[in-house]
Amino acid sequence: MALQAITANRLRDGVVVWRAGDGTWVERLEDAAAFEPAAAEQALAAARVDERENRIVGLYAFDVVVENGLPVPVKIRERLRGLGPSVRPDLGKQAPPPAAA
Amino acid sequence: MTHHATQPTAPANAPAHAGIYRYDAVDRQFITERVAQFRDQVQRRLSGVLSEEEFRPLRLMNGLYLQLHAYMLRIAIPYGTLTGQQLRALADIGRRFDKGYGHFTTRQNLQFNWIRLEDTPDILDALGAVDMHAIQTSGNCIRNVTTDQFAGVAADAVADPRVYAEILRQWSTLHPEFTFLPRKFKIAIIAGDHDRAVIRAHDVGVKVKTNAAGAIGFEVYVGGGLGRSPFLGQKTRDWVDEQDLIAYLEAVLRVYNRLGRRDNIYKARIKILLHQTGLAKFTEMVEEEFASLRGPRYHLDPEIVAEIRRHFAPPPYDALAETVVDAAPGTAFARWLETNVAAHRQPGYAAVTVSLKPAGGIPGDATSDQMDVVADLADRFSFGEVRVTHAQNLVLPHVRRADLAEVFAALDAAGLGAANVGTIADIIACPGLDYCSLANARSIPLAQELSRRFADPERQKAIGDVSIKMSGCINACGHHHVANIGVLGVDKHGKEAYQLTLGGDPTLNAAIGDLLGPAMAEEEVADAVEKVVDLYLARREPGERFNDTLARLGRAAFKETVYAAG
Ligand code: SF4
Repeated sequence: MALQAITANRLRDGVVVWRAGDGTWVERLEDAAAFEPAAAEQALAAARVDERENRIVGLYAFDVVVENGLPVPVKIRERLRGLGPSVRPDLGKQAPPPAAA
Repeated sequence: MTHHATQPTAPANAPAHAGIYRYDAVDRQFITERVAQFRDQVQRRLSGVLSEEEFRPLRLMNGLYLQLHAYMLRIAIPYGTLTGQQLRALADIGRRFDKGYGHFTTRQNLQFNWIRLEDTPDILDALGAVDMHAIQTSGNCIRNVTTDQFAGVAADAVADPRVYAEILRQWSTLHPEFTFLPRKFKIAIIAGDHDRAVIRAHDVGVKVKTNAAGAIGFEVYVGGGLGRSPFLGQKTRDWVDEQDLIAYLEAVLRVYNRLGRRDNIYKARIKILLHQTGLAKFTEMVEEEFASLRGPRYHLDPEIVAEIRRHFAPPPYDALAETVVDAAPGTAFARWLETNVAAHRQPGYAAVTVSLKPAGGIPGDATSDQMDVVADLADRFSFGEVRVTHAQNLVLPHVRRADLAEVFAALDAAGLGAANVGTIADIIACPGLDYCSLANARSIPLAQELSRRFADPERQKAIGDVSIKMSGCINACGHHHVANIGVLGVDKHGKEAYQLTLGGDPTLNAAIGDLLGPAMAEEEVADAVEKVVDLYLARREPGERFNDTLARLGRAAFKETVYAAG
């Protein structure tokens, strides 16, 4: 059975987030946890609490594989969510950090 | 806008010429109240009083979607007409609340891709300040009415279709009976034989025309629509008197509202109802309803029509002689004059299409700075007017020919000088999987690749007006069904794949393209399209257009060239 990661959008600003192993929401896919199937179900149930408590929207789990210790989405859709638009490498998660002043 | 009456009203104190419909006090008050309501709803959502289930329909009614990366706000641009001031306000919103750019869509709307929920009420306030909003851009209501970008400008039109688009806007906005239709409902309207609004791909398509006595009337097509089951609108009436426009459309809507399917989202559009009922029976039901509605209550008062027409009166043109513009042959300016400058009914003027399709660019995207440039050019050279086209370009509708060189130079300096309107490089592409959460596959990267491959002006000229349109899923926002060469993104075992369709036609002789063969991988698409174009070039007879060559040679010839091994 495939490993799964859990994603949602933050309610307030729509930013894409993933569930980390400690139950927090992180803004970078590389910090997301890859759950074994049983753990994924539990984590999703726990995440639903945050959904009910209006911290996140659009919650769902998706398949990943782990490469070099990092979760890599199986489908391009979630890869793009993890990066940003492929046609605008300057935007989204993949955007280079703003240059230090 | 929310007069809730069957009769549209014309605002008092209309300026002698406006070129654009100005809101009246009732409209403004409605918008202000609506924003205040939404501000309260957002607050209640953020504080947890409203659940997402409760809030979702409310945000959608205000144009706010949740997309792949963030919230997306879709802003209505009624019949694709903007003032320079409005475009500047959009640019400003893009800068303050988004990432400095927006995307013009095939629905003549503008989408911002990186919106924060908590900012949305302020954005709607900023829109309201320039008489704009995001209402009727979502949900099962009558959506923003679309029309010809050359409305009031084209010499071949019998009237300004925006007059009737505005009447329909007033009639349909929050019409109590039509707020919860079985499904969304799109109306497009033109006023000449040259269809620049793809009316037969809409739930209702209206063509304004005149009879022998010079009276205005309407030819009506019903049941068009792309998407999963594409259908072309069929003519249900050759003539509706001007005064009966609302009675007739109300009759169509009532039949749909009564019989349209609400149990199956894929069968809920009027096109399915018409298809399953049959044209004759459907028309009969509409006629019956029409006969009962026709009468004083639904009559369009000619004075109101005249008043609204006054709002779309031509701007105060100078009396000019026809002007010949000098351009050194072979220059970018000369090429741009050929492709991007259209005839105007007023001597000495031209309509300029600003291409949002630079080679390798993202179709329909414009930065806030570019919007400002176009807005300033509109104010200086086009009586403050801008139009949005369904092909995702902008238009400066009334430019003096003598000013064309200056306008071109300013556009070119802002990266808006692409001379390719109506060519194969003028590709329509929906946002696809780069932004859209419904997508199967990306469409923008392919559009970029194809626009680079077909960037050579000489080659564009040789190819002529072959159209390429692409959608990232079967919802067909990129109109691929009515392209000569359509590209549709599909999901093949979790991977992006693409189907080609050939032979579509968006004009009044509309046709839905046919699937050419099995889906292909992304890296095969551009080569396949080139092979199709090359075969057309090699085999066409003098003057023959793409669909004619396709019909003569047959689809098999094209299929063979695309799928031949090696
Ligand atoms: S066609 Fe599909 S992928 Fe493209 S914008 Fe419409 S819904 Fe999204």
